[in-house]
Amino acid sequence: MPIIKVENLSKIFGKNPSQAQKLLDQGLKKEEILKKTGNTVGVNRASFEVEQGEIFVIMGLSGSGKSTLVRLINRLIEPTEGSVYINEENLAAMDSKNLRRVRREKMSMVFQRFALFPYRTVLQNTEFGLEVQGIDKTERSKKAKESLELVGLGSFINQFPGQLSGGMQQRVGLARALANDPEVLLMDEAFSALDPLIRKEMQDELLDLQERMQKTILFITHDLDEALRIGDRIALMKDGSIVQIGTPEDILVNPANDYVEKFVEDVDRSKVLTAQHIMKRPETVNIEKHGPRVALERMREEGLSSIYVTDRSRNLKGYVTADDASQAIEENVKDLTNVIETNVPTCDLDTPMNDIFDMIHNSPVPIAVVEDGKLRGIIVRGAVIGALAGSEVSINE
Amino acid sequence: MSNTLLPMIPVKTWVDQSVEWITDTFEFVFDPIKNNLDTFIEFLSETLQVINPWIFIAVVAIIAFFVTGKRIGLAAFSIVGLWFILNQEMWEQLMDTFSLVITASLISVIIGVPFGIWMAKSNIVQAILTPILDFMQTMPAFVYLIPAVAFFGIGMVPGVFASVIFAVPPTVRFTNLGIRQVSTELIEAADAFGTTGIQKLFKVQLPMAKKTIMAGINQTVMLALSMVVIASMIGAEGLGKEVITALQRNDVGLGFVAGVSIVILAIVIDRFTQSLNTQKGE
Repeated sequence: MPIIKVENLSKIFGKNPSQAQKLLDQGLKKEEILKKTGNTVGVNRASFEVEQGEIFVIMGLSGSGKSTLVRLINRLIEPTEGSVYINEENLAAMDSKNLRRVRREKMSMVFQRFALFPYRTVLQNTEFGLEVQGIDKTERSKKAKESLELVGLGSFINQFPGQLSGGMQQRVGLARALANDPEVLLMDEAFSALDPLIRKEMQDELLDLQERMQKTILFITHDLDEALRIGDRIALMKDGSIVQIGTPEDILVNPANDYVEKFVEDVDRSKVLTAQHIMKRPETVNIEKHGPRVALERMREEGLSSIYVTDRSRNLKGYVTADDASQAIEENVKDLTNVIETNVPTCDLDTPMNDIFDMIHNSPVPIAVVEDGKLRGIIVRGAVIGALAGSEVSINE
Repeated sequence: MSNTLLPMIPVKTWVDQSVEWITDTFEFVFDPIKNNLDTFIEFLSETLQVINPWIFIAVVAIIAFFVTGKRIGLAAFSIVGLWFILNQEMWEQLMDTFSLVITASLISVIIGVPFGIWMAKSNIVQAILTPILDFMQTMPAFVYLIPAVAFFGIGMVPGVFASVIFAVPPTVRFTNLGIRQVSTELIEAADAFGTTGIQKLFKVQLPMAKKTIMAGINQTVMLALSMVVIASMIGAEGLGKEVITALQRNDVGLGFVAGVSIVILAIVIDRFTQSLNTQKGE
């Protein structure tokens, strides 16, 4: 049984929605209706169902109505027509008292620009939903702390949002939403304001959390990569209408129409799996500071049989194997310069997977991913196979 | 020059009659207000005067020191300024004026903030109140003295009444502005968590608007102070009365001393309310 069921949900902004609705039924486009009636079609007869534990992504470009759609679901915007069922209760027809109850108990929202209360501490922010419900202080503080632990902010409870980075602020936003223990999590472009590295980290973390908690998540984004990465199913929106709903695979392989096809074309498939997607952060030693002993110690710590050597500004110098390092120690050599192997297998950030596959097959050491002579990451055999099997990236080729 | 197109509209008569009607009809309202307020102001002023001026100055200086974040400026100014007023034997008048300002400001805030909230919640109320506030602020302040006397006789209370009318608009406006300025996303967040209107107001809108409201209150206090000289024309005690006396006797010296005292009080109060605001905002 679906947790969220949306039927024929529409929103028309303006003074005369019924007239606009009629024109919509006649098959007129959004712009034509705007010209004729002055009404803007926000969402046009959207219907879909979301199952328990599913991450359902609604994707579209700006102006496609995706943010309006998510606000129709918790009725921050009043629908013009249609129904929204959460656990078989129709939100669209509820009185304000019941609506408040559903908002308090069943669903929480995470916002694009975090929407934290600047005069409240991290803990007080996280407690907000519980406070509104009238839960007593010790109880809500306990729940809020648990929720902050979940997102890794357990030690920041007395900071103010302004003292945190964007990524951390959004973790607070997430913790605040989770503290209520809602069934449904609405995430409106939740990671769009974060820089790409942090965004990826947050996506991974959301997936981790989701594995443990099995919430039903409605995730809004304009970023196809993000949609493909985290979505169990994706709904593509254009001009207020849903044009296709399907798994990431469906959408890539069988685009429903030209619009979807164009959208998907932007994801260059050969580029989807490149070196930078599968590389790991490298363990390195510094040629200017470290000798064979440090190198060997590092390898022992990390369980490696070889380690990459760079200089202070991360320019790649070569690698040293455990055997060579031990030998150098026996011969009492202090400097790595003569110990390192300079014949290194390297590739660029956007070397496609297929090429890497050939390289790694013949290489005794991980492949170094290099940009302008600087070591950016390494690729180990396991990562390549993992990526091919689809565990690292959400797209299978 | 006479207007031959239309006979003169008897606005004056109408206003006279309505003020008279209000005075008579609501006497049962005005009288207790006058008596209670009189007692309150007198009590306040006398209490303040019981305190030894030196202790008073010391307390003000210490509070000033901490309120401004342990900076010496305002504290030093308060000591020198208040000492000057004491030295010029204007202490009693200072306390009268101070009581008047406090009372008028308090009443203005108590009336102004709720109206500001109401105005922020409803566009219709805003459309109605905006021109009224404009009217209240642009009407020459002297004019308020006339109905004030009609309602409350002479003395402190009509002074407070006129001051409140003159001083309340900034609090109303800034409260309205502060609440309307709260970002839509924060309001959405509050709604999405299922707040009631009251919860939203007290947990989100008012805390977010606090800085702006405080700025409005600061303006209100300053306007109330600027009204005290004028209020002296209808018998309010205090520094303003000295100014009026000086004017009547053509006594430049007295006028200067009383004037400077008002300026000192104004600066101290202004800096006080301002630093309260920045302190809490951070």
